[in-house]
Amino acid sequence: MLEIKNLHARIAEDGTEIIRGLNLTVKAGEVAAIMGPNGSGKSTLSYILSGRSDYEVTEGEILYNGESILELDPAERASKGIFLAFQYPVEIPGVATMQFLKVAMNEQRKARGEEELTTPEFIRRVKESAAELKINMDMLKRPLNVGFSGGEKKRAEILQMALLQPQLCVLDETDSGLDIDALKIVADGVNALKSPDRATIVITHYQRLLDYIVPDSVHVLYKGQIIRSGDKELALELEANGYADIIGAAA
Amino acid sequence: MNIQTQPRLSAAESALIDAYNASFGDLPGNGAVASARDRLLDDLKTNGLPTRRIEAWHYTDLKTLLRAVPTETSTAVIDAQTPFVAGSPVLAVLQGKIDTKASVEGVVVGAFADMLREGTAAPGLSVIDGDDAIGRINGSFVRDGYVLEVPADAELETPLEIQAIHGGGQVHTRFPVSFGANSKATVIERHAATGDGAAFVSSVSDISIGDGADVTWVIVQQQGADDTHLGQIRIRVGADAKLKLFVINAGGKLVRQELRIDVAGENAELTLRGVNLLGGDTHTDVTLVLAHNVPNTSSTEVFRNVVFDRARGVFQGMIKVALDAQKTDAKMSCNTLLLSDDADFSAKPELEIFADDVVCGHGATVADIDDNHLYYLMARGIPENKARAMLVNAFVAEIVEELEDEQLVEALEGIISAWLVKHA
Repeated sequence: MLEIKNLHARIAEDGTEIIRGLNLTVKAGEVAAIMGPNGSGKSTLSYILSGRSDYEVTEGEILYNGESILELDPAERASKGIFLAFQYPVEIPGVATMQFLKVAMNEQRKARGEEELTTPEFIRRVKESAAELKINMDMLKRPLNVGFSGGEKKRAEILQMALLQPQLCVLDETDSGLDIDALKIVADGVNALKSPDRATIVITHYQRLLDYIVPDSVHVLYKGQIIRSGDKELALELEANGYADIIGAAA
Repeated sequence: MNIQTQPRLSAAESALIDAYNASFGDLPGNGAVASARDRLLDDLKTNGLPTRRIEAWHYTDLKTLLRAVPTETSTAVIDAQTPFVAGSPVLAVLQGKIDTKASVEGVVVGAFADMLREGTAAPGLSVIDGDDAIGRINGSFVRDGYVLEVPADAELETPLEIQAIHGGGQVHTRFPVSFGANSKATVIERHAATGDGAAFVSSVSDISIGDGADVTWVIVQQQGADDTHLGQIRIRVGADAKLKLFVINAGGKLVRQELRIDVAGENAELTLRGVNLLGGDTHTDVTLVLAHNVPNTSSTEVFRNVVFDRARGVFQGMIKVALDAQKTDAKMSCNTLLLSDDADFSAKPELEIFADDVVCGHGATVADIDDNHLYYLMARGIPENKARAMLVNAFVAEIVEELEDEQLVEALEGIISAWLVKHA
């Protein structure tokens, strides 16, 4: 589903190279975990997948379902089914959450040539998904993410994912700032979306989240490259020994 | 020998003087009114229209900006529009003329033309200060308007709409309105055009809010693309009174809306809000002079501006706190979204404080749309143009939502989204 080949990317503003020859393949149905120390390029990779214009790809290719997505803007990528759950979702005063959800769902449907949802159908879907994520409907009456607690923001991200039904889900540090109960709810939400035609990339610092979202593959990102790949045992090894051994071995 | 140098008259100044001379004997008013008008016009002849050298008009050089003035009053027959808020009573002012048969339950309705003929209007045909060009022009030319009195303790259940519609030409109106003690009312002052020709409009609303009254006043300015709109609202606020003043500018070619407010009674609470939607090659100026004259009063002022194309906007906000107006609490902010490289906005907040125990603050920001917000919306599949429109809308909608009346909020949001569809 996703094939990243020899990707090089830098910050557009100052030219700092962050991703330096990254290779990664994620198949449909797969849950891939990307781990790595601070500053290794994990969040940058998620932004580049989503099409954020603050980063430029200077070399390499990103193929999604066999097609390059490098020329697509974030909205086009989203309507093709790429979803990034943000580490720090922004607060947008004045934009009502429900209105935002409806516009996002319908714009994606329009872009794919599907019928727009009727209001009752839209509300039914939101209520259903919100209940599963233990999100109070009152929270959705507020402006988008405004005044949401850290946990509420993360749940709101997973709610958006559930409603938009993406094919490729990228979760950027979704576990940060969550207590164990919230973590379970979020992980259940992610697991509920697991299907043979959907892939998930879980970016995380810690093994903890991977107890709940069990990965098929684990990749260690360091200085903009995947320096080691393995199965879920690799995450446990990292937890026990830290990154130093692996980084040492790769150097 | 002294050589007197008369300043050269601009085309617009000459047109105004000619229009005055041409309407001699036709403008309503008794002798006292006629002399008041003559004095105001003499001032106009002597001083001319204000230029950038006059501090109060520094960012709106009326002499330069006002290129021409239509001389004729249009005689076309036009109809009133549907009410801004469904179900509210409408007092129509068509081509500057009121409907003398109009009535509204619970409100005493009179004609300003009658006040002019009887001479009771004469004392009010005056300027607030030497730089009051709008008072001068309106006082010289005003022909009609509604005189409204909301009796003490009365409560109007639906908003009352003053609907001024014109089809071009000169229109000069005045609306003296008094709200009795402990009355409660919402008034919508709406100015709109049929779009049939350029207009030169001056309109003064002269308002007195009695002790304990609770008043919401909404100015909706939707003049035509070639129109000049000179609006002024003078408000005196009594003790324990609440005033919510909301101004939306969504039209006109050259617009100045002055808000001149005197807080004259203790414990008065003011909420002043404004939205300026500016596009095309237009110039729009909102000038606020707010005087806290007595102790223990509070006010908040928030103005939001979105500027597209080659539009220019001005906000001047002056808060004056008198020597004995202790415990005044006033906060003013002016935030602008500049959405084109050729757009321009000048913000001039001013505080003039003589009391020593007050809380006063002001802030002004000018920015483009936040890239992080835009990215977030796009990352959810919302195309860029739609995402931008949502964010611009959000920027101003926040202010509108503060009005409690849901129907009113919806009507205002309707103006904003329709305007954005046209201009964004």
